[in-house]
Amino acid sequence: MIRVILPAHLRTLARVDGEVKVDVAAPVTVGAVLDALEAAYPMLRGTIRDQVTRQRRDFLRFFACEQDLSHDPPDTPLPEAVAAGAEPLLVIGAMAGGG
Amino acid sequence: MSRVRVLVGTRKGAFVLTADAKREQWDVTGPHFGGWEIYHLKGSPVDPDRLYASQSSGWFGQVIQRSSDGGRTWETVGNKFAYDGATGTHQWYDGTPHPWEFARVWHLEPSLTDPDTVYAGVEDAALFRTTDGGQSWHELPGLRTHTSAPSWQPGAGGMCLHTILLDPGRPGRIFVAISAAGAFRSDDDGATWRPINRGLRSEGIPDPHAEVGHCVHRIAMHRSRPGVLFMQKHWDVMRSDDAGDSWREVSGGLPSDFGFPIDVHAHEPETIYVVPIKSDSEHYPPDGKLRVYRSRTGGNEWEALTNGLPQRHCYVNVLRDAMAVDSLDPCGVYFGTTGGQVYASADGGDRWAPIVRDLPSVVSVEVQTLP
Repeated sequence: MIRVILPAHLRTLARVDGEVKVDVAAPVTVGAVLDALEAAYPMLRGTIRDQVTRQRRDFLRFFACEQDLSHDPPDTPLPEAVAAGAEPLLVIGAMAGGG
Repeated sequence: MSRVRVLVGTRKGAFVLTADAKREQWDVTGPHFGGWEIYHLKGSPVDPDRLYASQSSGWFGQVIQRSSDGGRTWETVGNKFAYDGATGTHQWYDGTPHPWEFARVWHLEPSLTDPDTVYAGVEDAALFRTTDGGQSWHELPGLRTHTSAPSWQPGAGGMCLHTILLDPGRPGRIFVAISAAGAFRSDDDGATWRPINRGLRSEGIPDPHAEVGHCVHRIAMHRSRPGVLFMQKHWDVMRSDDAGDSWREVSGGLPSDFGFPIDVHAHEPETIYVVPIKSDSEHYPPDGKLRVYRSRTGGNEWEALTNGLPQRHCYVNVLRDAMAVDSLDPCGVYFGTTGGQVYASADGGDRWAPIVRDLPSVVSVEVQTLP
C-alpha cells in the first residue's frame, strides 16, 4: 500500500481523515499513484493535476523522503521507502498568506 | 407560506440564508466548502432543491458541486472543462496573442425546463453545457470560435463569460456577456452567435463603437419581456428594446454610471436597480455612501435608495453577480458586498437591512422563491 498525505482541503473534498492508502502495482511512480488516487477518489480529479494537460498544478509540490520530486517526470520510480509503504508521498500546497 | 432561500458565494465558501415570506428572521448555514472561492451557485427553476455550485481555488482548480436537497448536502460532479478542438488565441493584456486557458467557472445557469441541464460560463471565455446533471460538460464552441474571438481581450478580472440569460419566451435564444468582449446572442441554442453591441461606446479601445471589445459587466431582463435588456457596462447603463440589436444609454441622473450589477424588479419590468461605484480604479461608492439606485421608468430617471444602508465611511464594492430579486409581493431585492454584508429589502428597495454582515467578501447572490 502506498501512503499519501494530502493537503487539508483535499482531505475534506475526498471526505477522508489522515493518510490515504492506495494500491499501486510496480513500478510505483507519481503518475501511477495519482492514477490510483483519482480512481479511488474521483472528486480529486483535476485538483492535483490539470484534467486536460495532466500537468501538476502550479501551487502543489510532491515531496517524499525529504526530497522534492515535483519536477521528476511522472513515470520516474518513487523512492523504495515510498514503494514499500515505509514513507508517505506528500502532496503539499504552497504556503500563502494572501487572499 | 412561501419562503425564500438566498444562495451566497464568497471568497471563502458558500452560505445559504433562508426566511419566510416576511423576510425578517433569517437562518444562516455555512460556510459550505470553507476556504474555497465560490464564484456562483444557483438553483434549478424546475426543481428548486437542485442546486449547482462553482467551487474553485488557486491551488486545486475547479470543482463543481451539486445538491439535491436545497443545499443541506452536496456531492461533487464533473469538473473537466476541455475546450472543443483547437483553442486558438485571444489578445493578452499587452495585445499579443495568448492561447485560451481554462481558469474557472464564473456563472452557472440552470435550464428553464430540465434540472439536469446547466450552462456554465467560464474564464477564458467560453460556454459549456451539461445535460446529465453536471457529470460531464461539453463546450458550445461556436462562441469561442466566432470570427471576432482572436481580438477579444481580458478585463482586469480575467476574460470571463459571466452572464448567461435564457430567453423564456423563445427556446434556443441565449444571451451571454464577456469581459471585455461584449454581449452576444444565439438563436439556435448556442450553435452560432452574433455580437450585439451596436450603440455601445467605450473609451479605451481603438474604435469606441467597435463591434466587440466592450467591457459589459452585467445584463438583465424581465422574463415577461425578454426582448428588453438592461446592461451595466464598465461605464454607462444601457437599454435595448430589440433583444440587443441596438442599445441606448439610460444612465442620466446617476452619480456615477460605473458599476457592476443590474437587476429588474420581479413584477415591474420597467423598474431596475443599479449600484453606482465611483470609478474603475476606485471600486467603492461615491462619497462613501452605499446607495442602490432605482428607476421606475426603465432608466434615465433614478432615485437613491438609502434607508438602512450605510451613508458614511462605506467603501465596499458590489460585484456583478451579487444582486438578485425574489418573486414575492412585494418584491424582495438582495445584494452582497465585498465587505461581507448581504443586504435585503422586502419592499422593492424602500427599506434595507443586513441579513448578515460579517461574511467573507461576497462574490455572488442568488435568490429562490419557494412554495
